[in-house]
Amino acid sequence: MKRRKFDLAAAPGKAAVGLDDRFQVATPLRRLLNKVFPDHWSFLLGEIALFSFIVLLLTGTFLTFFFEPSMTEVVYDGSYAPLRGTPMSAAYASSLDLSFEVRGGLIMRQMHHWAALLFMAAIVVHMLRVFFTGAFRKPRETNWIIGSLLFWVGFLAGFTGYSLPDDGLSGTGLRIASAIMLSIPVIGSWLTSSIFGGEFPGTIIISRFFIAHVLLIPALLLALISVHLGLVFKQKHTQWPGPGRTNGNVVGERMFPRYAIKQGGFFMIVFGVIALMGGLFQINPIWLFGPYEAWVVSAASQPDWYVMFLDGSTRLMPAWQINIPLGDGYVIPPLFWPTVVLPGILVGLSTLYPFLEARHLKDYRSHNLLQRPRDVPARTAVGAMAVAFYLVLTLSGANDVIADKFQISLNAMTWAGRVGLLVLPPLAYYVTYRLCLGLQQHDREVLAHGVETGIIRRLPDGKFVEVHQPLSAQDHDGHGALEYTGWVVPKKMNRLGALGPAIRGFFYPIEKPVEAPVSPGHPPVEPRPERAEISSGSESRH
Amino acid sequence: MTSDNDRRRGLLARLRGRPAARSRGRRRLGAAVRLLAALTLAGGAYTVFAPGAQAQDTPPLSSAAAEGKALFDVSCVTCHGRNAQGVEGRGPSLIGVGAASVEFQVSSGRMPLARQEAQAHRKPPLFTDEQTRQLAQYIQELGGGPELPEGTDLHSDGDIAAGGELFRINCSQCHAFGAGGGALSSGKFAPSLRPASDRQIYAAMLSGPQNMPVFGDNQLRPDQKADIIAYIQETLKHDQDPGGFNLGRYGPSTEGLAIFLVGIVALVFASLWIAGKS
Repeated sequence: MKRRKFDLAAAPGKAAVGLDDRFQVATPLRRLLNKVFPDHWSFLLGEIALFSFIVLLLTGTFLTFFFEPSMTEVVYDGSYAPLRGTPMSAAYASSLDLSFEVRGGLIMRQMHHWAALLFMAAIVVHMLRVFFTGAFRKPRETNWIIGSLLFWVGFLAGFTGYSLPDDGLSGTGLRIASAIMLSIPVIGSWLTSSIFGGEFPGTIIISRFFIAHVLLIPALLLALISVHLGLVFKQKHTQWPGPGRTNGNVVGERMFPRYAIKQGGFFMIVFGVIALMGGLFQINPIWLFGPYEAWVVSAASQPDWYVMFLDGSTRLMPAWQINIPLGDGYVIPPLFWPTVVLPGILVGLSTLYPFLEARHLKDYRSHNLLQRPRDVPARTAVGAMAVAFYLVLTLSGANDVIADKFQISLNAMTWAGRVGLLVLPPLAYYVTYRLCLGLQQHDREVLAHGVETGIIRRLPDGKFVEVHQPLSAQDHDGHGALEYTGWVVPKKMNRLGALGPAIRGFFYPIEKPVEAPVSPGHPPVEPRPERAEISSGSESRH
Repeated sequence: MTSDNDRRRGLLARLRGRPAARSRGRRRLGAAVRLLAALTLAGGAYTVFAPGAQAQDTPPLSSAAAEGKALFDVSCVTCHGRNAQGVEGRGPSLIGVGAASVEFQVSSGRMPLARQEAQAHRKPPLFTDEQTRQLAQYIQELGGGPELPEGTDLHSDGDIAAGGELFRINCSQCHAFGAGGGALSSGKFAPSLRPASDRQIYAAMLSGPQNMPVFGDNQLRPDQKADIIAYIQETLKHDQDPGGFNLGRYGPSTEGLAIFLVGIVALVFASLWIAGKS
């Protein structure tokens, strides 16, 4: 009997054939694996958010194994001596145990918190990229709206998570949240007592926030992220304009293997950065804040950075209370405007922006090519205005820390914030607009007259002129024939190959550069002709 | 009932009735004796209860206080005036502030003041411990006031856990959860407690310097003060920060800064690098 030989090299192929015979996956999979994604560093910013969300799910699941979402009062008896014997909620005690007793618990907690901050930061940075390049235009308005919703749902996820450890900082934040809800006219009291199950803080809020934080909000985030990615897939990614790229094609790399490998590597990098931060930087030392008591409020009690703009708007708001003489008298507290009305306006404006812009420009066509920020000065300037507004509010949210550490009067900080909030956004608009026009003008100048060569020529009449290298054949006025297309214009001679090919590599050359120049199109640079020494004649010698 | 009234009336009538029987001369003599007795009683009572007649303008100072006065007359008199009575618009009177206050202000370098501003800053002290004690003794003998217990270690008897709770209730509103300090209104601030010694913290609680409220012994007992100092010195100063670099313990504001300066910057460079690989 002859033993059959096992052919190792043919095994994967045979297995694949077997799979395809049964499931008929080859045809759709080929389409999928061959899908082309355009490549640009700014298209990876959204992935940072996606990958930190994955890290959040992983670390968060670990935390749920040890966290006890209960407000039952216990007396702490763990290894952190300065709190031993202190009465506290079971939630806080289990958070302390997570930090001090559970092996690897502290780094997991810190990674979870850093990943949450990174998730929100990456969402904002990605959103800025999408905004400033016009990627939100038709047909991608839906994805823009989903993206803005992701920010606000992430905001809720962050806030509920911030409240769970039930330390002094969480409780202070919760108290403020309850005050914000109370400030809503008519429904405020009902809303607050239904969420807290009665008067603040009640006994149920931690369990409710827990289930919102680990089930409802993550499920919503996951659903939104899936639709977001599905739409990117369906509608295809936008790309920068450039040679060979049109509104009707996508130029880039196939999904498999290059794009997938790059994404896998980038996930590892994001995971690594989060793990490094979780291990190196202490975040939210709950053991120092102590258990939450209504009478304990520490200085520098701030929300996490993405909520800080609401804290700032509250600090800047003057104490304008509206008394309505109805019945026993009715009050709209000043807190209502900066914490309910302002975010409401921001949600509305940010989600509606694509439609507002299309209506304003009467532009209802589909756009798959991006625009450089300088080519749409008005949009870029509006974006700069929004960033300035948000920055002033965020800095004002930390104005007590800034005032203390930089030795500025807190009152001066508040007034600087109030004035800055009104003055800086218009200023940012103006400055950005002019910058965009200036950059455009420089591009047009190069297209018309050519690249500066750095060679200064002296004319017979004594005048000095700089020699320009035209980019194309010139007409009789000496102007180039190239149209302004809204894409990168070479500004330096070595971009035109004058100094041979640029050396490739990020930090160091990937390969030793060949003796320049290599292209037969570019003749070797001849040594400079010898010049006679310039002197003013023999009489100058004494 | 009526018989009671009658008896009482009879007694009064008897007292009233008797002088009518006395002669005019005896009556005058009796009045003179009564006046004399009343005067003697009043004078005697005055001499018993009135402060000593020997009170002098300047009580004799102990030798340490005399040294302190010499220092005071060189370094402090410009603002606090002669005999520490204060100068309008320049410096307050120091009568009754006590040795604790002097020790806090001078040993932490806050006094002598560098310039008039919202609040004095800590700086290297100008006087030695010996000189500080002399100044404190002088102010103490001048007008009395709160004094510190002896010794440089005022916290080893303290209970850290109890001190932590007291610290979070009484101190963290201004000095913040990590004792790093915080802002108050109009340029005033609660300073960081990290450089403070046991005696300085105790003195600050006793004397309530600048904008700090006074925590007298009826608000926080001496043993509670020791608890608080123990929490500050043992836990807040020696906490090893198990989570890594503590970012200054300024709360979420520096954490937000870190995620952009470290996290986002690192990952943007990573994405530049990855996208460059094609």
